[in-house]
Amino acid sequence: MNKAPTVFSRFKWHVIAVVVTAVLISTVDAFAQVGVRYIHQERSLYRNIVVTEDSTRRCMRFTITSRSGQNQSCRFLDRPVELVFPYAKMTLSSLLVQDEPKRMLIVGLGGGTLPDTYSRLFPDTEIVISEIDDAVFRVAREYFGFEETDKIKVDVGDARVYIKRAGLRGEKFDLVILDAFNGEYIPEHLMTVEFLEEVKKLLPDDGMVVANTFSTSRLYAAESNTYRAVFGEIYNIRQAGTGNRVIVASMQPLPDRATLQSRAPAFKARLEQFGMDVTEYPQYMNTQVTWDTGQRILTDQYSPANLLNN
Amino acid sequence: MKDKNSQNGLQTVLVMVLAFIAGFIIMAIELLGGRILAPYFGSSIYVWGSIITVFMLSLSIGYLCGGKLSLHNPNLKIYGTFFATSAVFLLPLVFWSNQIMEFVFLQIEDPRYGSLVVSMLLFFLPTAIMGMIAPYSVRLMVESTHGSGHVAGKLYFISTLGSALGTLATSFYLVLWFEVNQILVTMVASLVLAGAAAIITGTRQSTSAA
Repeated sequence: MNKAPTVFSRFKWHVIAVVVTAVLISTVDAFAQVGVRYIHQERSLYRNIVVTEDSTRRCMRFTITSRSGQNQSCRFLDRPVELVFPYAKMTLSSLLVQDEPKRMLIVGLGGGTLPDTYSRLFPDTEIVISEIDDAVFRVAREYFGFEETDKIKVDVGDARVYIKRAGLRGEKFDLVILDAFNGEYIPEHLMTVEFLEEVKKLLPDDGMVVANTFSTSRLYAAESNTYRAVFGEIYNIRQAGTGNRVIVASMQPLPDRATLQSRAPAFKARLEQFGMDVTEYPQYMNTQVTWDTGQRILTDQYSPANLLNN
Repeated sequence: MKDKNSQNGLQTVLVMVLAFIAGFIIMAIELLGGRILAPYFGSSIYVWGSIITVFMLSLSIGYLCGGKLSLHNPNLKIYGTFFATSAVFLLPLVFWSNQIMEFVFLQIEDPRYGSLVVSMLLFFLPTAIMGMIAPYSVRLMVESTHGSGHVAGKLYFISTLGSALGTLATSFYLVLWFEVNQILVTMVASLVLAGAAAIITGTRQSTSAA
């Protein structure tokens, strides 16, 4: 009868010690980034959404702890137009390959940085955003000043389904930006040959797809081979000091680097407001195949994406 | 008498092994279901909701039918045909799943009901037949041993252990090594072999009894 209390009293101090240690660890974690305030936290159908703020910027991320977590989206508090992340600037530099999208599709809303940036550059461009998580859409509106307009529309649902249906309707987007992340990596069904074929159906003759990926993973080669299998030659945009790699693929033959360099000065002034000097970017852009071309391509039948990622 | 005992012992072992295999395959297929549906219906929570609903529904009906069937002359030959039949009903999943999903995708706009209908079309029949295996296994083992409660416990243990390992193996390793269809074809082949083993053993039993 008294067995349970006895056991507890014997192990009481162990239990207390463990609890105290756990509390200490989480406190240390919370203060690891000095002055980071938690503004909003919620558990959506798909993930945790955390909004934090320090003295300079407000960020959204999909994991609770800051150690394991990487921010999905950030904005400077005093310069909301300027881009915080190198990957966003790398994405924007793809304008050197193909300019002036009339209608574009962005997969993955995050804090709404990319739609805001592109609509500032091209006010007349129609922008459709496919975002799976209604909660991300709401948090983007409430905490990142994102809003739908008559030019900017959000479709809440799975991007694979949206793109398949858009293809059946015969819709065209001359720029498709793939920026879907689930906190871990890109969802598996959004990085297969079949998916990219469906994306390709949305592109007109001068269409372009720009994808944000990671440069440090076992998936790198498989991903590169997958894009090449569908689009042929691709541009890789890589920059020291960031773990991101932006892939640019086009329906047209890619212009060479000298052409990109000659185009850059014309964009320089327009892109300065986003905190970048676009003339620096051609040097980060490369069509060379520097990875293992023997790595198996990713298909709907074979896409162990997140298992390969580590 | 001695002969009868060893025959019963063999039957018990065979039924337990086959129940394990059935448990393994049911969960492996359920897990692959998410993969199979994702290109058409996404990987949203309702896709999993549809798949799990259909598996639970078909298993429940399978249990009911399997239990009913076990009342009349339970034998290994009928037991074996469950495996073979479920293998046959899995063939559309292997060979025509894209066509079936495409058809439903075009008919039903809402991905919740689209994924539910597709899950019914692809998974209901094979899973219901596989569901018949569990209660029928209990009956076969009760025939050869004593104490139905103990037998049912042992049987649930072994088939659910199979399910646990099927889930683990598929999600951790099989999808990393093989294509979805390669895994499915292996499952179909295993079901055919399992069914053949049961039917052959059952035939031998009835000839030796006669």
